[in-house]
Amino acid sequence: MNIIVIGLSHRTATVEIREKVAFSPSLIEKPLHDLIALDDIVEGVIVSTCNRVEIYATTRDIAGGISRIKRFMADHHCIPLETLEPYLYSYHSEAAIRHVFRVASSLDSMIVGEPQILGQIKTSYGYAAEYKSSGIILNRFLHKAFSVAKRVRTETKIASSAVSVAFAAVELAKKILGELTDKTVMLVGAGEMCELAAKHFLNSGAKGVMVTNRTFERAERLADEFGGESIRFEELFQHLHRADIVLSSTGAPHIIIGPKEVEEVIKRRKFRPMFFIDIAVPRDIDQKVDDIENAYLFTVDDLQEIVQANLAQRSLEAEKAEEIIDQEIGQFYKWLSSLEVTPTIVALRNRFDEIRRTELDKTFSAWKDLPPDAEKRLEALTMAIMNKLLHTPTTVLKQAGQGGRVDLYVDALRQMFALEAAPEEKEELELEED
Amino acid sequence: MTHLFFSLTLGLYCCASAAYLACLLRTSSTLTLWARRLLTTGFIAHILSTVHLASQAQHLPLTNLQESLSFFSLMIVGAFLLFERRYKVATLGSFISPLALIMLGVSSALHGEVRQLHPILQSNWFWIHASLAFISYAAFTIAFGVAVIYLIQRHFVKTKHFGALFQKLPPLETLDEISYRCLAVGFPLLTVAIISGAIWSEQAVGSYWVWDPKQTWSLVTWFIYAALLHGRLTIGWRGKRAAILSIVGFIVLLITFLGMKHSITW
Repeated sequence: MNIIVIGLSHRTATVEIREKVAFSPSLIEKPLHDLIALDDIVEGVIVSTCNRVEIYATTRDIAGGISRIKRFMADHHCIPLETLEPYLYSYHSEAAIRHVFRVASSLDSMIVGEPQILGQIKTSYGYAAEYKSSGIILNRFLHKAFSVAKRVRTETKIASSAVSVAFAAVELAKKILGELTDKTVMLVGAGEMCELAAKHFLNSGAKGVMVTNRTFERAERLADEFGGESIRFEELFQHLHRADIVLSSTGAPHIIIGPKEVEEVIKRRKFRPMFFIDIAVPRDIDQKVDDIENAYLFTVDDLQEIVQANLAQRSLEAEKAEEIIDQEIGQFYKWLSSLEVTPTIVALRNRFDEIRRTELDKTFSAWKDLPPDAEKRLEALTMAIMNKLLHTPTTVLKQAGQGGRVDLYVDALRQMFALEAAPEEKEELELEED
Repeated sequence: MTHLFFSLTLGLYCCASAAYLACLLRTSSTLTLWARRLLTTGFIAHILSTVHLASQAQHLPLTNLQESLSFFSLMIVGAFLLFERRYKVATLGSFISPLALIMLGVSSALHGEVRQLHPILQSNWFWIHASLAFISYAAFTIAFGVAVIYLIQRHFVKTKHFGALFQKLPPLETLDEISYRCLAVGFPLLTVAIISGAIWSEQAVGSYWVWDPKQTWSLVTWFIYAALLHGRLTIGWRGKRAAILSIVGFIVLLITFLGMKHSITW
């Protein structure tokens, strides 16, 4: 049995194409059933996110399976296959395993290391399990992919650094203020990025939020949203000393917070440090503020620089992740190969036994005056011959199952002795807790 | 036995220093873990060596520069291990453990003559004075290390250099807090050490304060740290100013310890 992957992603297709072939999660049952109804497709999982649409399936016939699934994707979305084909990639066997492990570990993501994709694959797998389109191989395969992703996350620092400006602000604040649990955030103005950063700060444990804005109603609304305190813009400097973190993004054409004000505020705070982030263009906070002792001012450009550096760091970590994936592929492939050993041995034995039975029956019916124990003796003799003949192939096959080159033997045996497809093994796999 | 433990300590501190310095270059939690294990084992060997020496000599090994340096470095390592547990500041080890190693190295290079315990040292006040002084020195040494790291980290922040070292060094506020804790522990100990020293001086030479260079410089050290602690608690001296003062205090402390011979003993 082989694993195949067919799909397209942000690497191969524009968003216009991607949204055309996306599968809606609420209507996923029918395509899943259609998928496994295809000839020679045994199991199937459909992963559809805004950055990728992929189908994982198992089949005996790699080339046929891939082309049928491509056709299925085109037909399902009513796109001519010729239009869709150039955007599609396909993998089988080891390459397919590697691809899915990399995707789950977020090595193939638009921003390497962002963890959402793992959750999305888990959800997709959940649908496949619910509608019974995945079976023993894909179950095991995807659980393995989840555990590989977990290993990558814990053993490398691929997801540990901030790659968004808002998150970089939080990380930077931690580098200066230490723990944020007793820190208060003040929003001056209400830009989108400031709101996002404030959310990140609160998620990282910041104690409270103050919001001020030229239109007081807006400040009140935002303060409500964060469970914080709204402050009139004119009273900004009466409250500024209570803020450890100041995020500023007003649309004002001039400087709002100057060095003189900050100096006074810092003195009032007994020189406890203050962390300023100025997101506004033109700037809200005078650059001279940064020269004041215990005041730390950063602009969007500074944060952007951190983000770039972190991205570079992530690609270094990605190399370590590839090594982990290499190890895991070997293990999984071995399991996948060994999966067919036992059924093949059973089928081979059955085939031999069947021949033996037929020939014995023929002999017994043709040969009327047999001595009394002849039947028993012939039975024992043929049995001994069959066992001797089967002994070496069985041993070799079992050994090959541990070595990983078993596909070759299994295929050869199946063809040479016209064995039937292996019966599906029944195995229940518990959903791994993360 | 003492010698064996001492060599073992020296070897382990050497390995720990190498490991801690490697931590600066490579981020690896296993490396950090092993650095700490090596240093902890070295610390235990150091304690055994000190205890053994003390039991042989029947007094604390604080009577000459060789012994004092070894005791000093023992206290520094002990203090660091405590702070490391509390604040998770492994990078401080890259600074502290080589320092302890150097002190111990110098101590082992010094000629340690076995000599009769000077009669004037046979006073409980002397032992209280000397051991407290070294514990406070250890606290101030940590404060010094933290201050240096603070200034380096502050430099990175102010010049917006967010490199690998910046990522590794602890947050500014954490450093500042450790520095304050060290002062809060070190200063009272130093005060008691100076007072017990004066009492001992009275017993030994009949005068509480003889204005010899050692006593004078001790007083200077005390005033610097007093000013720093006072400034911090009342005006809010923190950050860069506190770090610089802490470094100045440590330099004066070194002068007191190394440069000034005691008119009474040495």
